[in-house]
Amino acid sequence: MKTFKGRPVVPGNVTAEALVSHGGLNTLASFQKALQFGDKKATCGDQNNTDLYGKQMFGKALCLPQTIGSTTGGLVLYCACSMGRQPACMLFSEPIDSLAAAGAILSDVWLEGTPLPVVDCLGAEFLEYMKDGMTVTVKEDGTVEVS
Amino acid sequence: MEVKMQLTEEQQAILNGEKGETLAKVMETMVRYGDVFGADKMVPVTSKYNHLVTSVGLKALAPVYELMDKLIDAGAVSKQQFSMDPRPMDSNVPSDLLQDIVFKYFMFTRQEFYEGQLEKLGLMNKNAFTCTCYMDEVGNTPKKGDILSWAESSAVVYANSVLGARCNRNSGIIDLMGSVLGYVPSFGLLTDEGRKASWIIEVRTTKKPEAQLLGSAVGMKVMEEVPYVRGLDKWLGGKLDDDAKTYLKDFGAATASNGAVGLYHIENITPEAVELGEKLIREDAKVYVIDDQELQRVYDNYPVIWKNKDAKPKLCFMGCPHMSLNQLISWTEKVEASLKAAGNTQVVIPTVFTAAPDVLKAFGETPYAARLKKTGVITSYICPLMYMNNPMSTRKPVITSSNKLRTYTNARYYTDDEILEQITKGGK
Repeated sequence: MKTFKGRPVVPGNVTAEALVSHGGLNTLASFQKALQFGDKKATCGDQNNTDLYGKQMFGKALCLPQTIGSTTGGLVLYCACSMGRQPACMLFSEPIDSLAAAGAILSDVWLEGTPLPVVDCLGAEFLEYMKDGMTVTVKEDGTVEVS
Repeated sequence: MEVKMQLTEEQQAILNGEKGETLAKVMETMVRYGDVFGADKMVPVTSKYNHLVTSVGLKALAPVYELMDKLIDAGAVSKQQFSMDPRPMDSNVPSDLLQDIVFKYFMFTRQEFYEGQLEKLGLMNKNAFTCTCYMDEVGNTPKKGDILSWAESSAVVYANSVLGARCNRNSGIIDLMGSVLGYVPSFGLLTDEGRKASWIIEVRTTKKPEAQLLGSAVGMKVMEEVPYVRGLDKWLGGKLDDDAKTYLKDFGAATASNGAVGLYHIENITPEAVELGEKLIREDAKVYVIDDQELQRVYDNYPVIWKNKDAKPKLCFMGCPHMSLNQLISWTEKVEASLKAAGNTQVVIPTVFTAAPDVLKAFGETPYAARLKKTGVITSYICPLMYMNNPMSTRKPVITSSNKLRTYTNARYYTDDEILEQITKGGK
């Protein structure tokens, strides 16, 4: 087991299977099709993201550097959480960007429970280490255990 | 909740719920958002108008409309009137039957409802739908030093850079909440330190660089950092006139969409660069030299994601971000001249020029409107990005000189000269 320590942006406890994007996640391009056409698995629709395209995002521990793309990104993430199609958690190797932060905080403040725990600043080594399918346990204090 | 930033008594009272639960949640959202980025305080929004990025009544955004209803029901409406990004549909724009059905019955089913919500929340007027709200004809032009709560990336970078206003690259909903509250957290591009450049861009091209291509190169290199651009002023005539503003509108949109630039400084041109010059550059700034070869390299690396790369274009979009009045006029002249040279009377690819409703109205009052119509070019207030950001658009070969449209859709990028050649003389 390997442990990483980051900053809890939205603290929460969760265990899930990892899904890794080495490039930035374009939130609108990734989620729009799934939200629009009722895909409960939230299959990634971003053709430019070769790591994630066609893979289920719902319920996964999404490991990524940052989010990119349209400034609707935050509200798209909020919609995914509200509709129950969000990842189990989002784990950022870099400091979180303003769009993802907005989506995560909006979801935590305006929706019931903690729909989307988020940890950032996990470091480049974290993203290099992570592979799809690894089991990730996230703790409230920003500790991320990988097995 | 634990608050890291310093709040005034009034702000703390709102957070404590003394003005209602809904406004307390709005304050909590903005305080937590600011705390993540190390904001030291909340500062008043000072612009006359706000601008919101979410202009579409998409079925998929139902949770947003529910949130809007919560704000309206609690009386937590915008303290400012606001303009909006463009509408997603316009019957002027060519579409096939399948697109019409999907747009109307599956995608934008909540458009009318949503526009009703916007009127309750503080929409400026029914024409205020454009990504270029800062145009004189539209009237949402912030002053230098104004604090904004905007989110539309192309408008944020224009307001920061060309107008000298101060705004972070916010997300949709955060833009509205800043306006409802009347405060935004002070961090990043709202601070003097956050507006300093960590990149020097040396423009060494042998001709005026294509705005959308130069912006793309800069955006992809500096990502979210602030660039200070040298060597571009001579190509802009040394002053910030209407032509330079139009150029910087397109340049900025490309920096913001191909990267995540929220502010740039153009030496001797943009207001803070004129005022402070090289004091804006950080000591450890990196240098990126852009010459003709570098622009060509960037252009050659754009992927073409059409299924059939040799397909004949079926549509051309110009105006992402929306075109300015002087751009509509100069393009009218260019299209006419190029058609005449080719021995054609009308464009050979269906072509749509998009602009703000108020800009189109002003254009309609000039003799150029009838001349452009005669060439077969269609004008529209639509958002080309929303028109194309759906599964059906992948089947349609669309060309554009917008690097933002290229980035977010399957539209294929060509330079302005190449677009002119294609629409007047025939596509490849």
